[in-house]
Amino acid sequence: MVLSSLIFFPILGMIIVMLMPKDKDNLIRYTAVGISVIPMVISFWLTYDYFVNFSGTAAMAYVEGPFAWIPSLNVNYHLGVDGISVPMLFLTGLLSTISLIASFSIKIRVKEYFAFFLLLEAGMMGVFVALDFFLFYVFWEIMLVPMYFLIGVWGGPRKEYAAIKFFLYTLFGSIFMLVAILIMYFTSEPHTLNMLELIEHGGAMSYTLQMVCFIFFFIAFAIKVPVWPFHTWLPDAHVQAPTAVSVILAGVLLKMGTYAMLRINWPMFPDALQALSFWIAVLGVIGIIYGALVSLAQTDLKKLVAYSSVSHMGYCMLALAAYDSVTAITGVMFQMISHGLITGALFLMVGVLYDRAHTREIAVFGGLGSKLPVYTALMLMFSMAALGLPGMSGFVSEFMIFIGAFSSLNQYLVGISVLGVVLGAAYMLRMFQNVFLGEFNMAKWGGLTDINGRELLTVLPLAVLTLAVGIYPKPLADLMLATLDNLVQIMSR
Amino acid sequence: MNPQLPIVNVLETLRLMSPEIFLFIWALVVITVDLFSSRKNDSLVGYTALVGIVIAGGLLAVTGEGVAFGAMFINDPLAIFFKIIFLGAAFMAVGSSFGITKQKVQNHRGEFYGLILFSTVGMMFLASSQELVSLYIGLELTTIPLFVLAAFYKDDKLSVESGIKYFVIGAFSSAMLLYGFSFLYGMSGTTKLLQMSVNIASIHLSYQSIGFTILIANVCILAGIGFKLALPPFHQWAPDVYEGAPTPIAAFLSVGSKAAGLVAFAKIFLIGLWGFIGVEMKPNDWGVLVGILSAVAMIIGNVVAIRQTDIKRMLAYSSIAQAGYIMIGMLALNEHGISSVAFYTFVYLFANMGAFAAVTVFEDKTGSTEIGNYKGLSQTSPFFAVVLSIFMLSLAGIPPLGGFMAKYKVFAAAIDQATMPGTFKWLYWLVGVGLLTSVFSLYYYVNVIKQMYFTKEASIYTMTFNKPVLIVLIICLVGVFVTGIYPEPILDFTDKIYTAFSFSVLK
Repeated sequence: MVLSSLIFFPILGMIIVMLMPKDKDNLIRYTAVGISVIPMVISFWLTYDYFVNFSGTAAMAYVEGPFAWIPSLNVNYHLGVDGISVPMLFLTGLLSTISLIASFSIKIRVKEYFAFFLLLEAGMMGVFVALDFFLFYVFWEIMLVPMYFLIGVWGGPRKEYAAIKFFLYTLFGSIFMLVAILIMYFTSEPHTLNMLELIEHGGAMSYTLQMVCFIFFFIAFAIKVPVWPFHTWLPDAHVQAPTAVSVILAGVLLKMGTYAMLRINWPMFPDALQALSFWIAVLGVIGIIYGALVSLAQTDLKKLVAYSSVSHMGYCMLALAAYDSVTAITGVMFQMISHGLITGALFLMVGVLYDRAHTREIAVFGGLGSKLPVYTALMLMFSMAALGLPGMSGFVSEFMIFIGAFSSLNQYLVGISVLGVVLGAAYMLRMFQNVFLGEFNMAKWGGLTDINGRELLTVLPLAVLTLAVGIYPKPLADLMLATLDNLVQIMSR
Repeated sequence: MNPQLPIVNVLETLRLMSPEIFLFIWALVVITVDLFSSRKNDSLVGYTALVGIVIAGGLLAVTGEGVAFGAMFINDPLAIFFKIIFLGAAFMAVGSSFGITKQKVQNHRGEFYGLILFSTVGMMFLASSQELVSLYIGLELTTIPLFVLAAFYKDDKLSVESGIKYFVIGAFSSAMLLYGFSFLYGMSGTTKLLQMSVNIASIHLSYQSIGFTILIANVCILAGIGFKLALPPFHQWAPDVYEGAPTPIAAFLSVGSKAAGLVAFAKIFLIGLWGFIGVEMKPNDWGVLVGILSAVAMIIGNVVAIRQTDIKRMLAYSSIAQAGYIMIGMLALNEHGISSVAFYTFVYLFANMGAFAAVTVFEDKTGSTEIGNYKGLSQTSPFFAVVLSIFMLSLAGIPPLGGFMAKYKVFAAAIDQATMPGTFKWLYWLVGVGLLTSVFSLYYYVNVIKQMYFTKEASIYTMTFNKPVLIVLIICLVGVFVTGIYPEPILDFTDKIYTAFSFSVLK
């Protein structure tokens, strides 16, 4: 029941919000946040409980079902979590509540906004707990609708274009997934949609069929990650989306791509994985370098953070290509979590500035450090975390990724990818220098106020976690170790 | 199917046919009621028609399965299921017509509703007929009242154009169909479909010389039914007719008439010509032929719909595309295939009738069908906007709505057949086209949602609903959700349908 409650509390919340009177904005806001605290607390408890009781084994925990849902199509309601989904649930629970608090700055059509947001949360939770392919697909798709509305109604000037682009892109990926799911289903004997059983079956499929299914799944997930060259929806969606939606987009939605690769794509098709891993690494490296170079050229703060996501997710792809190294795969998990925390926080911070200055142009600012000390300190910390300063979570993950990848991939390739760290430092420091150091334009920005209490409430938990993971990553690694060990064995069978 | 004629008494036969007989009489009653009801008391006739449809449904429920008139008239799961769809379509078409009968067709209410019921009777006969002559009569009884209904706004140029166009093309396609039937009869010496499938196959195998004739028959029949289904290249009439016809009639055409065409197709091809789908019996292979038509339907329908600015024309092209999706299920040629066809049509009934009902509400209020005029409706009429959005998302196939389940079922049936060893690998390509074009389709369905939600300023219109149309909308809404979230009872029923078909013999 624990996992179901993660999905159904947000849906319940959506219904409650929808039934509330339209003009009671504050009541709606507090209700939405209040309801989202429940799944957050459950996800915290789940993480703790999993750590204490189940982290030693690779088996699924808290399994619900399989309960027959549509027996004539062999569709079951089947949930369960292991070491790779628990941290994702933690992240989803935390970031959802934080984003809802950050959404207090939404002033128009408040009721619809919070209702869609809660539906989005339900979909995200569902993706991370589903063990049935059909169920997984349904949750994967359910998220698109609220996301489309959230970008399209409350977004920036080019919101309509960004919203439909996001929707079409992701749906385009999903259809490949659907075909692959159907092929998996009909070639398995007896027919099943159970992911765990299909991991066994996938390894026994013919090489051609493995390649087809692998590539189909990969396209679907790569669009979500996004892997270069499927990334073009991301800058549009990120820049046009309201702050809180960007946070969810970067913090959770992108992780679904890499999560699904680890859960479905990689373990199911070992032969195809072996044949294609080099090219996946190449895509990863291109993503790292390309994302970093494009970030370097950005004049818009939010676009800079958005392109840095392409670069950071490139590290994940690089390490995913090193599927036979536990270190690399642990690095992937760390990178997913730390990118969720850091980039989420960076989007929040950019949003804070945008709410006050109504612009995100890097060039118009300068010397904000003297006027906004608290804000600047936090921004400094997150920038440093993003460029991988030791002591922060970003360093831990990148370190693991490089070590793991270097030992099992083409070393020149990994060598090139290390350049990404240097470029990362370049664009982050350039941004920091231009916005926070230098001359302060008193006439123009004299009216800016420092970060307020509500905004601090949204950012501080992320800061604390970034530091905690950076300084003492062992508990998190222990939580995932058994699962990842087992996963690497399956992937390199 | 037992070829021996069961001895049944006349009363038993009439009992089996009672829903059709009742509905026919009731249509006359409806016309008569109009004579006595006052012009001001405008809902009485409509409610009479609705009650009749509900009673016919009740009669259908109590009659159950059976065979009559020497196996010319069969009530099997296929017939029962499609009769439910026809009655549902009629109910919703009548339910959303109350606004029109108040304004535009005030003086001809009885005829308007009566003709809808007559057409429904034709569809129901069609679903039960098991041989060519009664099938043809059923099809004609379906179409002829629709010619009149399409031209019902007799002062409106577009409506008259629509009626004439539909009439000319309908007459032409019926002739083609009949011509094709004559070949089938000539080759097999029977009009009974089950017997025909045996005769044609055995004649073909023993003489090897009727291949070309079968091809001609296939093409003629395909053209005839293709017009009814609006499958390209026989689709040109659909957008014009939908645009001109009264909106509930366009809805009835797009669901009822299309479903009737599907039943006719299934009966002729999946029973009568069943032996000739496979590649073994080339050149009479109608499978690939229909596959190409279905692919073209999905491409043309979905691509052209993107450019439409009139919502009725957009829905017309969307219905062309949806016919293409349904045909994939038909081609899967196994029990899942025909089950998916029935299920898809059932879901389509709710999603499409619902969408058209919403369009009717808007048209009654504003007189416009431009998509651009839907701007900002979410703020003045939230219920309307939510409901129409859900129908659009269902048509686009977004889970957890019925449209997704239907598409999943169709594609699953096709992939099932394609993964079997055999000559059906081309179904992969068909599924590929279907999935790719369904991404295109998202664009124009979501465009309506975009208009309603994404603008800052509120609409100048506020929607009001009369009671029947509200009921229709709510039924459709519930239908779309139930078929998406808990489709098991319906799938249970549709999985029984394949017993009507020749391939059930092989099981």
